Amino acid sequence: MSSADRAAFSQEKIVLTIAAAMFVAFSLLLDGFFTAGNIVSLVQNVSILGVLGVGMALTIIGRGIDLSMVANMAISVAWVLFLANGGTPLPLAILCGLAFCLTVGLLNGILIAYLEIPAIFATLAMGTAVYGFGQSMLIEGDVIFVPRTEAWFKAIGGSTIMGIPSPVIWFAAIGAAVAALLGFTRPGRFIFGMGDNPLAARITGVPMRPMMVAQYVASSLIAFAAGVFTATLVDSMNTRVAASTLIYDVILVAVIGGIGLSGGKGGVRNVVVGTLLIGTLLNGMTIMDVPYTVQNIVKSLILLVAIVTDSILNPRDEQTSQQGDI
Amino acid sequence: MATSETYARWRTRLVPDHIVGEILSKNWIDNAIPVFMLVLAICVFGSIIPNFFLFGNLTDEGREFGELALVVLGMTVVLLAGGIDLSVGSTFALANFVTLALINWFDWPAGLAIGCALLAGALVGLLNGFLIGYLRLRAFLTTLVTLIVVRAIVDTLVLSYSSKVVVPLGYSAFWEYLSYEDVYGVPVAFIVAAVLAVAAHVFLTRLRPGWRILAVGGSRRSAYNAGLPVRRIVAGTYVLSGVLAAAGGVFYASRLGAATATTGVGLEVAALTAAVLGGVSLGGGRGSVTKALLGAATVLVISNSLIQMGLRSGTNTLALGVVLLVAVAIDVKWLKNRFKLLSRVYVSPAYFRLPPRPDATEGSGTPYALNDRLRDVELIGLGEIDAAEDPILDIDDHLDFGNRQGDIIRYFGPDHKRSEVYAHVGGMPLGMAFDKAGDLVCCVAGMGVYKIARETREVIKLTDETNRSWLSIIDDSRLRLPDDLDIAPDGRIYFSEATVRFDMHEWMVDALESRGNGRIICHDPRDGSTRTVLSGIRFPNGICLAHDGKSILYASTWSCTVERFWLEGEKKGRTETVIGNLPGYPDNINRASDGNYWMALVGMRTPTFDLALRKPGFRRRMVQQLAQDEWLFPQMNVGCVVKFNERGEVIDCLWDRRGVNHPMITSCNEHRGYLYLGGIVNNRVGRYRIEGADPDFTNQGSYWGSGK
Repeated sequence: MSSADRAAFSQEKIVLTIAAAMFVAFSLLLDGFFTAGNIVSLVQNVSILGVLGVGMALTIIGRGIDLSMVANMAISVAWVLFLANGGTPLPLAILCGLAFCLTVGLLNGILIAYLEIPAIFATLAMGTAVYGFGQSMLIEGDVIFVPRTEAWFKAIGGSTIMGIPSPVIWFAAIGAAVAALLGFTRPGRFIFGMGDNPLAARITGVPMRPMMVAQYVASSLIAFAAGVFTATLVDSMNTRVAASTLIYDVILVAVIGGIGLSGGKGGVRNVVVGTLLIGTLLNGMTIMDVPYTVQNIVKSLILLVAIVTDSILNPRDEQTSQQGDI
Repeated sequence: MATSETYARWRTRLVPDHIVGEILSKNWIDNAIPVFMLVLAICVFGSIIPNFFLFGNLTDEGREFGELALVVLGMTVVLLAGGIDLSVGSTFALANFVTLALINWFDWPAGLAIGCALLAGALVGLLNGFLIGYLRLRAFLTTLVTLIVVRAIVDTLVLSYSSKVVVPLGYSAFWEYLSYEDVYGVPVAFIVAAVLAVAAHVFLTRLRPGWRILAVGGSRRSAYNAGLPVRRIVAGTYVLSGVLAAAGGVFYASRLGAATATTGVGLEVAALTAAVLGGVSLGGGRGSVTKALLGAATVLVISNSLIQMGLRSGTNTLALGVVLLVAVAIDVKWLKNRFKLLSRVYVSPAYFRLPPRPDATEGSGTPYALNDRLRDVELIGLGEIDAAEDPILDIDDHLDFGNRQGDIIRYFGPDHKRSEVYAHVGGMPLGMAFDKAGDLVCCVAGMGVYKIARETREVIKLTDETNRSWLSIIDDSRLRLPDDLDIAPDGRIYFSEATVRFDMHEWMVDALESRGNGRIICHDPRDGSTRTVLSGIRFPNGICLAHDGKSILYASTWSCTVERFWLEGEKKGRTETVIGNLPGYPDNINRASDGNYWMALVGMRTPTFDLALRKPGFRRRMVQQLAQDEWLFPQMNVGCVVKFNERGEVIDCLWDRRGVNHPMITSCNEHRGYLYLGGIVNNRVGRYRIEGADPDFTNQGSYWGSGK
């Protein structure tokens, strides 16, 4: 753990403070912000982003990154729906989608761990390829609707339990599971070790390559889950989301919460903090009727501030930076 | 001769397998894969798609190629410095919008509008450069953010004003020319891209700022420690990339004249794919303009062909993604394994059969019979000297020789107790001789032939290159291992280059090849020319001008022979063998006072290595499968000194039987009745008193007369 985590002004605390201040300010200044309905929709809207953020955090902590998550999520779930609409029994369709997204995760892992392609490129190219593959081979049309017959499927993301929307519960459950994995199991400690110092981890005997493959398989699985929640929540899957900037929002919630991009630090808590800030911000801007493009600019600028802060808190200099580390 | 040996002999003659390693060691071999991919793409799609090679088709592709090539050039410069620029697609779209808005809506002159568009690109680049270069942010994420921000700005503008920018208010001849005209069928965009590509090539390979970019990309830390302004250089590459992307956008505007929300979307992936496909390395330092253009052409051929084939919308994206993955995988693996492959295949042993060794055992009665006459040599500079390959004495009795640090050391005569660094050359000095003016001329490994002026001690380069031979793949115009030299009465310098395939530190590996890799070269100081005289010699080493000055004698180390090359007389230009079969590996040859020659044998032959020379397959397997310190090398621990006459008869032999003082000898030099012995791995110079020698003989006197 670096000194930044112990410092009084850790990024996590700063962001939490900003989020709280923004929440209070919006509550006081914006009509309709501090209402039960709005708070529930706020939390519900960002919980899927949060689920994706948890998957992203898993790879970033292990000094990787998975830019193919959104494309993977969109295409695998859209294919499930497409198959189900075409008459395939839904459980079989889900198995197919699951197999597809596992294959993508496995390929990512193999490319990164065994072919030694930098993660950022392997997953960028994989995202592009997956989107193109889905568009040309698997599905027709951009928006695929959830079949009307299967009520239990819709309930996955579209129900409420004691007034709490199910995506929020899923976010909590997945977050808790990953937090337990990272905090209390041997593979979890290995991931921190791999992110902190890969060479040391390798000579200590951490099975680097299988662990890396497992990381990307896990992030693919989480992406598939997030896709199922999205589809069942809004009754459709829009594959265009793969070409949108959603993936940068996912990086944003991870990085802004204080997960260092150089790996080895952070956890699920940081994702929750980041998600709260972004959720509050997006909700506030939507109520203020800020145009979508301007929202994008604001988000980008926040991401920029986050990475500037990151580079100040975790400085790299000419002597210690690694060649080819972009 | 056994069948296997006949086979090995013919294989050596007919199969030039040494060129595989030479090709792999070339820098341009990196281009082989992208060229192959481009040719493959053209062949595949050319055969599938009708009218692929049609002229109009090519003209359209030329325009598009111009745009893409500009963006890829910018990306390449950034990649070379070790960064990445994902914002090029957005910058491209921004420049497209700015150009159209200023020309069509505000009715500005086209030149000014284009200038503003380029400025906009430069500003985006400057933002990137400031954040990445000066604030040291991560290039990938930072340019991702600028991608989103600039894209959002362009989207906002397009949403509100797209209809206004499309319809031109006025008419601009220049703009029309840029949009529709071409020069003999070649579109303007293509020409501009070509000119910029040539300029970029010159910039990167010939100018200081370009070299600095490559230095930063090659090793950022070393560049920083060498004092380069790393941050400014990195920032500069992003500005350059922004301007080039904007230039691409300007040509896009001239071609299509429309601004939509999809302009330049995904261009960064295409540009990145092109650069990496061409072989520009991620992580910096490796790549060229040629590679960038090859990659751009391949990407364009693939994507345009897929569009023409009318496949479903995602196919293009899929193809780009897969091509990017394959390209990066090949790039990573090639970089990692190229040198492994090279070290496996570079050494290429040849068949060579030596005649049976003459007997050199004690009491054998041959002229080489072992004795102990070097037992009591006087030692000079014991423990102070390192690698005195060829000690030489001048007319004032000073003793000069080189060392591994690149100095020439002088021990002051007549007692040779005190020493000084006579001159610093920089490379390891090997063979030496004095010219008529008394200047010291020496061969310097890896550098060439140099002269140290007698009065000023100035180090002067005489030559470092010779004529390039046409069929050589290795650039044999550079001198790699000049070994020994001698000077003819007319001032021409004859020197041996031991091998063109290996450097000084691995000279013995050349023995494993025993291929004729060496040559005799002549430098004529009168007109400064240098020409190769003889080539294909197995490690030519010592060179000595015959006493009558009409021929040179040279030793061919791995052949264990001494040859004579006639400089004048009726046999001028011909070569004849003087000693055909030595029991050891000959090194330097020098004149003796009695009209004969002294020659050092650096090591004695062994039956094992003689046998290995007849089995190239064995040596090849050895080199490929064993670590270098397990290889079988020729014996270089025990040697001797021989004296031979003009007819090639060996008349004397000096040994150090105990192997204490001078087991390994590379040179022997007679001076005023003494023989001075040097060895390339010795820490001393030996001084042996020669019975009955002329006490006034000096080499300088023998060559140039006793006067100074």
